[in-house]
Amino acid sequence: MNERDLRGLIANVKAGRLSRRGFVRRMVAVGLTAPMATQLLAISGVAMAQSKSTYKPTKRGGGGLLKVLWWQGPTLLNPHFAVGTKDQDAARLFYEPLANWDADGNMKPMLAESIPGLEDGTLAKDGMSVVWKLKKNVKWHDGKPFTADDVVFNWEYAKDPATAAVTVANYKDIVVEKVDDYSIRIKFDKPTPFWANAFVGTQGMIIPKHLYADYSGAKSREAPANLKPVGTGPYMFKDFKPGDMVSGTINTNYHMDNRPYFDAIEMKGGGDAVSAARAVLQTGEYDFAWNMQVEDDILLRLEKGGKGHAVISPGGNIEHIQVNFTDPWTEVDGERASLKTKHPILSDPLVRQALNLLVDRASVEKFIYGRTGNATANFVNNPEKFRSKNTKFEFNVDKAAELLEKAGWKKGGDGIREKDGKKLKFVYQTSINQPRQKTQAIIKQACQKAGIDIEVKAVTASVFFSSDVANPDTYPHFYCDLQMYTTTMTQPDPELFMNQFCSWEASSKANKWQGRNITRWQSKEYDDNYKSGQNELDPVKRAAIFIKANDLVIQDQVVIPVVARPGVAALSNKLKANMSGWDNNTWDIQDWYKEG
Amino acid sequence: MSRQYILRRLLVAIPSLLGISVVLFCVLALAPGDPFSELAANPAIPPEVAASLRAKFGLDDPVWMRYLHWISAMAHGDWGFSFASRINVDTLILQRLPTTLIVIGAAQLLAIIVALPVGVLAGTRPYSIFDQIANTLAFIGFSLPTFFTGLLLIMLFSVKLDWLPMVYNADLSSTGWAWWWEQFKQSIMPITVLGLFQGASLVRYVRSAVLDVVRLDYVTTARSKGIGERKVIIRHVVRTALIPVVTLVALQMPIVFGGALVTEQIFRVPGIGSLLISAMLANDTPVVMAVTFVFACLVVLFNLIADILYGWLDPRISYR
Repeated sequence: MNERDLRGLIANVKAGRLSRRGFVRRMVAVGLTAPMATQLLAISGVAMAQSKSTYKPTKRGGGGLLKVLWWQGPTLLNPHFAVGTKDQDAARLFYEPLANWDADGNMKPMLAESIPGLEDGTLAKDGMSVVWKLKKNVKWHDGKPFTADDVVFNWEYAKDPATAAVTVANYKDIVVEKVDDYSIRIKFDKPTPFWANAFVGTQGMIIPKHLYADYSGAKSREAPANLKPVGTGPYMFKDFKPGDMVSGTINTNYHMDNRPYFDAIEMKGGGDAVSAARAVLQTGEYDFAWNMQVEDDILLRLEKGGKGHAVISPGGNIEHIQVNFTDPWTEVDGERASLKTKHPILSDPLVRQALNLLVDRASVEKFIYGRTGNATANFVNNPEKFRSKNTKFEFNVDKAAELLEKAGWKKGGDGIREKDGKKLKFVYQTSINQPRQKTQAIIKQACQKAGIDIEVKAVTASVFFSSDVANPDTYPHFYCDLQMYTTTMTQPDPELFMNQFCSWEASSKANKWQGRNITRWQSKEYDDNYKSGQNELDPVKRAAIFIKANDLVIQDQVVIPVVARPGVAALSNKLKANMSGWDNNTWDIQDWYKEG
Repeated sequence: MSRQYILRRLLVAIPSLLGISVVLFCVLALAPGDPFSELAANPAIPPEVAASLRAKFGLDDPVWMRYLHWISAMAHGDWGFSFASRINVDTLILQRLPTTLIVIGAAQLLAIIVALPVGVLAGTRPYSIFDQIANTLAFIGFSLPTFFTGLLLIMLFSVKLDWLPMVYNADLSSTGWAWWWEQFKQSIMPITVLGLFQGASLVRYVRSAVLDVVRLDYVTTARSKGIGERKVIIRHVVRTALIPVVTLVALQMPIVFGGALVTEQIFRVPGIGSLLISAMLANDTPVVMAVTFVFACLVVLFNLIADILYGWLDPRISYR
């Protein structure tokens, strides 16, 4: 898909020949995120759709206690410190952003009165600024009014490096100014087609100026409000025990009519995923459980209890295999897998193609992940409905053997291929996690048939995913031939995500293995393409560039995608809640209600 | 038993506690992992954030310097704060303490209440039917791990019968009698699992202690004097037999503080054990350090108490 095709599609949407949803799905299938697709439409003059509300209750409160289970308990309630989804989800009970992303990538206004657009001039045509209008009837839980000053303060607070806010990337390159008491303007230093990073979605929640003004910068840890949040959200803070319990009571002054439905909420932490699923699906003690990293077999069995069901929401997580382009077995200047080396076997594209053919994705999906992992050939999210049309993945041992033959690898006496007296052997590592070990076994078996000897290695997750400079077994060191884990695309704009294949990002001793390019793939074509995307003013051209970036990575088999891993939550059959793969689990917590 | 002796023991404890703290600190510093790995793995968060947090929390200093900081702060009563939640460690521990004491304490109490009479009865009538049954149950009790019995009870009472909740909630919203009822219902399973597990081994100790004493000459003397069997057992046998048992129970007391990792995890009891395990998984050094150090202090303290009790129960043993 190139720029012209894209423009054609957008014109089709404008003329009504293609539905918005159809467009978004197509974009998602070629590697963009749903939010980015809707942004493309917005900037081309197609107004963003209002996500439909399915909320039924006609009065506030009366719903009793909502009990939700997060098997890893939240530990931080300040949204600017909230690292993991568990913390962001908990903070979202009390705090709100200007807008949230729904499942289709549309923005739903929360603290904003409306979504900026070209029609009313709130979105500048040159992409240099955007004006947000704020709701006027919003009050903080302590009764103080919510105004533009609060929004401006959040920018000042987060962009200060001394605060050490995890949201800093969204705020450091912009300027936020107050237009009047209920509107703000964000100015960008360059035309920014994706204008909705700041104050929107998972990292966009807004904290009150009057409680945090004295605790900006180096004193950020000492703010009393870190532990006793005062926000604008549907529930008011009651109690917090890190790792165990967050509880809240109804905000009777909430700014949306008839909401929330529940009188109180309890978010319990601890335990493990399977028993959390059990508490919702089988015993019905809880109404909702987060992040069901449970084998689909077990989920299906628990669902038979009839008390609840699993809800699957596609997002940007991909379980994939990375191919090492440098030689992990030779030490150069005190580091293995140095950029000065080339992988003796894997640098041959034929071998990589053969490996790609040996990953039996269909079996991995069928026998291991079920509904919780969809076979994919793309490195980008890929909803099931469009899978067959857009992706080709093949499992073919004979074809792989043929490719290896062509590359000069001949079968030896023990069934393992050899070339110049060297065995065709790879070390394939991943973290300790049952589905991963099963996947390793499936791939090892297929490789053996094709004459490749695979040595599987499993590393404890806390080591594998650490950034410990001294430990050679972490994934950024990548001191072996192949490795597998899930990468997450949390932010809606793919620019940051795609920099993990840029040459200059290569993970090495020089940058203490903090570079994002783990495979150490070097491609001038990709670099040039990425750079042109960074400076591209035209959002459509930019989108086309990102689609090309994805193609380059997949065509060169830099990574071998295995399954897309959607978000899985367990809901009681009575609970009505919308899930979105592009935002927090609690992104529309004010609309949750029970029926029947 | 002199005050001097106690003082000397306390003074000896100081270097050993210091030694323990050095070892703990080194092990934690050398262990793989990083409290900010989640930050590093997220492409939306620039590496500078993790770097500035490391600098702010003093993680870039050499190990010995971090240790000196820690020990001097500890001496001033400052326990530091958790890297994960940025809350003071003493607050975190105090939040968890009541639940721990209630659940684990009740389990210990249950263990003692069950083990004493059963053990004494089994010991005074060795190889009787009662003894055989008690022994068999005790063997089953301490050979079944708590995670197994815990899951078994959950399957039975929560899933199949739907009588008891499987998740322990330390902040019950109800009040009055309803609160007591709910608290009772949710405590039954964790307390039973833990209490019976500990009680099972205790039964064996009590039984063998009673067996040892019951054959002694002075017991025969007491019987020949015509004192009733009941009195012989309670006044003469049990009193002597309990000396080793009391020591054992005293040494087990720190466990009440340390919590029960597995049981707490299964029933989601927010005790100190679950705090410790999540802190370990998150590489939250200050919390792990504080909990293990307090635990070490309690072990040393209860060792001393056990020794003192021993001397008090059996005056023949004296310390100088």
